[in-house]
Amino acid sequence: MAINFEQALGIHPQTLAVRAKRAEVIASNIANADTPGYKARDMDFKTALVQASQKQQSGMTRTHAKHFDVRSELNNGVQFRMPDQPDTGDGNTVDAQVERNLYLENSMQYQASLQFLTGRIKGLKKAITGQ
Amino acid sequence: MSLFNVFTISGTGMSAQSVRLNTTASNIANADSVSSSIDKTYRARHPVFAAAMQKAAAGQEDSSVGVKVLGVVESNKPLTVEHNPGHPMADKDGYIYKPNVNVIEEMTNMISASRSYQTNVQLAESAKNMLNKTLQLGK
Repeated sequence: MAINFEQALGIHPQTLAVRAKRAEVIASNIANADTPGYKARDMDFKTALVQASQKQQSGMTRTHAKHFDVRSELNNGVQFRMPDQPDTGDGNTVDAQVERNLYLENSMQYQASLQFLTGRIKGLKKAITGQ
Repeated sequence: MSLFNVFTISGTGMSAQSVRLNTTASNIANADSVSSSIDKTYRARHPVFAAAMQKAAAGQEDSSVGVKVLGVVESNKPLTVEHNPGHPMADKDGYIYKPNVNVIEEMTNMISASRSYQTNVQLAESAKNMLNKTLQLGK
């Protein structure tokens, strides 16, 4: 079996990208916790991950400045959150406590993916040095 | 790189909350500033927040939404008019005008603003940790 860096790292690089994007979305919610009319959003992780892993094949190279940029960004899984409390008085649906916990959870999952990646890279290093 | 955007977003959150803290401080400081005419009396002021969409590159959806301060509005609640002819600031009919600042409301506003500020600082802190761990990747 030939060593293929794309396959050696598995799904983890895409997972990291999606987790980073989700951190951004949740950070937006927390920053706007006091903004009237702001609607909390989150990512559907499954959709986002599927899109992120398909992105590698679907990217097209632009050879001319007037070509359209068809590379899609990884934020298509972003959707509005169903609020627990329908009317807060100012139209804001952010629950700061929930968002903070989700941010923490997402950050731990990000670090878990990093651990997996580190394991894969260590494995590759071992294979390269052969010791 | 999305994680760097977290710094931008929490930064906008921090500056918006500090504007809110500023106006609260100004309201509390002026809660007892009496004057001798309605026009010159201090009025409670509050910032208006709005979501700031950041369209960085063309074709990119805005998943990162910071917050911005649209402006500071003065409250139009009625002022407190007091009949106090002995007061040095009293007008010719003996009335003084007190600001429409509700100190209790301002105190709760202050606590809420400082909590939100802290939350934003913690966001930046944890994004920093995530980035640091990423830099250590494979070591």
